Amino acid sequence: MTRTHPITARVWPLGVALIALVAFPHVGGQFYIDLVLTMMILAIFALSLELLVGRTGLVSFGHAAFFGIAAYATALVAPTASAPSLALLLPAVVIVTALAALAIGALSLRTHGIYFIMVTLAFAQMAYFVFHDMPFAGGSDGRYLHAKPVLAIGGITLLDLGEPRTFYYVALGCLCAVYALLALLGRSRFGHALAGIKANEQRMRAAGFSTYPYKLAAFTLAGALAGIAGFLHAIKDGFVNPEILAWHQSGAVLLTLILGGIGTLRGPVLGAFLFVLLKELFQSEALFGAFARHWQLPLGLTIIACVAMMPNGVVGLPTQWRRARAPVPHAG
Amino acid sequence: MDFAVFLVQCLNAVQYGLLLFLVASGLTLIFGILGVINLAHGSFYMIGAYLAYALAPWVAAHFGGGFFTELAIGLALSVAFGYLLEWGFFSYLYEREHLQQVLMTYGLILVFEELRSILVGDDVHGVAPPAWLAGSVQLGHVMTYPVYRLFMSGACIVVALGLYAIIARTRLGMAIRAGASNREMVQSLGVDIRLLYRIVFAAGVALAVFAGMIAAPVSSVYPGMGNQVLIISFVVVVIGGIGSIRGALLASLLVGFADTFGNVLIPQMAGILVYVLMAAILLWRPEGLFRTG
Amino acid sequence: MPDDILLMASEVSRHFGGLTAVDRVSLSLARGEVHAVIGTNGAGKSTLVNVLAGEIAPSGGRVHLQGRDVTRWPQPRRARAGVGRSYQRTTIFPRSTVFENCRLAAQAHYQHPLDWWTAAARCPDSTRLAHQAIEHSGLAAQAHRVAGTLSHGQKRQLEIAMCLATAPHVLLLDEPLAGMGPEETERMLSLLTGLKRGHAILLVEHDMDAVFRIADHITVMVNGAVIASGEPDAIRCNAAVQSAYLGDTEDTREPARAG
Repeated sequence: MTRTHPITARVWPLGVALIALVAFPHVGGQFYIDLVLTMMILAIFALSLELLVGRTGLVSFGHAAFFGIAAYATALVAPTASAPSLALLLPAVVIVTALAALAIGALSLRTHGIYFIMVTLAFAQMAYFVFHDMPFAGGSDGRYLHAKPVLAIGGITLLDLGEPRTFYYVALGCLCAVYALLALLGRSRFGHALAGIKANEQRMRAAGFSTYPYKLAAFTLAGALAGIAGFLHAIKDGFVNPEILAWHQSGAVLLTLILGGIGTLRGPVLGAFLFVLLKELFQSEALFGAFARHWQLPLGLTIIACVAMMPNGVVGLPTQWRRARAPVPHAG
Repeated sequence: MDFAVFLVQCLNAVQYGLLLFLVASGLTLIFGILGVINLAHGSFYMIGAYLAYALAPWVAAHFGGGFFTELAIGLALSVAFGYLLEWGFFSYLYEREHLQQVLMTYGLILVFEELRSILVGDDVHGVAPPAWLAGSVQLGHVMTYPVYRLFMSGACIVVALGLYAIIARTRLGMAIRAGASNREMVQSLGVDIRLLYRIVFAAGVALAVFAGMIAAPVSSVYPGMGNQVLIISFVVVVIGGIGSIRGALLASLLVGFADTFGNVLIPQMAGILVYVLMAAILLWRPEGLFRTG
Repeated sequence: MPDDILLMASEVSRHFGGLTAVDRVSLSLARGEVHAVIGTNGAGKSTLVNVLAGEIAPSGGRVHLQGRDVTRWPQPRRARAGVGRSYQRTTIFPRSTVFENCRLAAQAHYQHPLDWWTAAARCPDSTRLAHQAIEHSGLAAQAHRVAGTLSHGQKRQLEIAMCLATAPHVLLLDEPLAGMGPEETERMLSLLTGLKRGHAILLVEHDMDAVFRIADHITVMVNGAVIASGEPDAIRCNAAVQSAYLGDTEDTREPARAG
């Protein structure tokens, strides 16, 4: 509910970004297309977490669980003999993930604050062990996706996700859909209630809001949206392994959020692009030689520096600079 | 399961639980008193284990061996390290919101992991227990039990009692307990709150490092050992309640038993049993078993 | 007039470990009345308000709302049944406008955790309630100002407005006059007098002048227990109250030492 820029100032960068993304496959090579795909999938993942952290104020350190559950569901539910139907597979995966989020959320939301952070981390670790230890999931080797889904109506194939271009545009379509959904949510009664809960949950309860159902709904929706990202990830790589549920993934997506800026929708998208770029940079042997092995060191330092110096992320930098140059006395 | 096996597993459970207690009590002290959630706490445990590995030959060369010398040096180093870390890093986290604390300490984990990788490498190492603790003790007719594990439990009990004595009986302990509930009041009583925080933090670090040092001969020294212990410590704190040392002790033992017997009875579910326990307790008592408030 | 009694507390107690914050307090709030609760700092007034509002559960005793036993009801349910409360420390949402604050509060009656698409602006009921609340609290001119930019007195008015936006029958007001200058106090007092007609009002306050001006009934608490309860004139003359609380003079913006 903040007013930082008028609508037009916000829309045109989005428009430019969208046009760039649409045009990209025609100009970029396969490596770069894959990179942008990774960014888009991470952007969807980060947007789903923004709903939890930025909108509702629920800091979850276990969001990778839903990304991973969806990815595994995609690999496990898809039939091995033929190409699965997109129209069946995607909803099925999202529903399965949403149910998992409902169950985990119902338990986790019985806690608050610091406990909630710890509990979500613990549940994600539990999910990791389920997929790592139990034989049905292929253990630490993971599972392959045998065929990529297609969307066919009456025998005519409309979309074949095995086609790289098609897959790219489907992923871009998902990103736009998730973005639009969250924008709509922000204007809705539900979204306003979540913002109130984030600002002062006690006050909301005093006004008569039962806050638990709202938080649970937000948690479940966030899980389901993360599921879309997981689904796309499984198709992109054709392969899933337990490492996608590792808590480092939960940390990475949180970092993406704070890098770009919490509290906006542009933030997570921008953060995703920056994070993937940074990771490529730090892992680049061309730049760092043998030291590129230790890419987590500059990453860790970046996290610390970013949180310490840019708590509102890149999106918040203009405001931060403006405030630094002309400090405004706070009213009241 | 016959009685001797059962006894051995009970002893293992107690030993694991007590070790967890050391780590978890450091975590709960740091959060309860300083208000900082510290994800890097597991890294201190890992540092302790690697210290045990690195110090053993050094102490052998310069002091002719001596397990307690090694522990003493390790403790001294960890206290100094904790002091400096609080002064240089953690003191900036106090007034920040949880998300920022979580992320900054997460960044710290990555830094510690990579520094360890650069300085000591990624290999798994074994650490031999000192010769005089290396034997086994007879339990009944057939089973034997390693003396070192008994020593571990004993050491943890000693530390726990020491912790209790300090917190319940000394002026420092009183300041700590008061500082947990009311910072301004403690300050106005003339206690230097910054110094108090530094001491508490250093103590928390020392607890984790000590736990890592004594655990090394049993668990080996390997990358990633800190993360696993961290998450289990979180489960302990959730079950036992933040700020409650008594809660941490009971929860640690509960987790120790659940994990040990779970491993023995249902090996396929070994890793997740502890989390199922946590989920069950959340269903029943979301504030933890002993939440102080 | 038992029909008009909207909220009744019977022998309500609240203990925190060994400390008794509220000790068997009974009082009733009737429509059309301002019932003030006064007492020294630490007398348990805020705890009492918390128990009546449902924020904390009592250790003993019962709370009845219009005849129904609501002792075990959690706060949101009680709020929807008609118990509104304002806080001693201002708890408005500073980044939204006055209107948005009230509309959000009003939305509590139309909860749909699964309705993710209805725009907040399109909810006619919340909008209507919000406008009414803003009118009643005298903030109509500031309706579209960002709440964080209001003056302190206006923020306290907004605090009341948010209370009103939920269409309560009972108002539990915790020190609404805190930190206000004389002009703002006047405005708030006339606002409260105007609200008397349709509501039962519990007023916790330290400002004795204000209390004696608008209260129809006063309850005095010391150390968690009620030491006197009655009409203002009776309280003024009550010896126990005088020695425990009012001291020698009636000017007690700063309460005397606890008895």
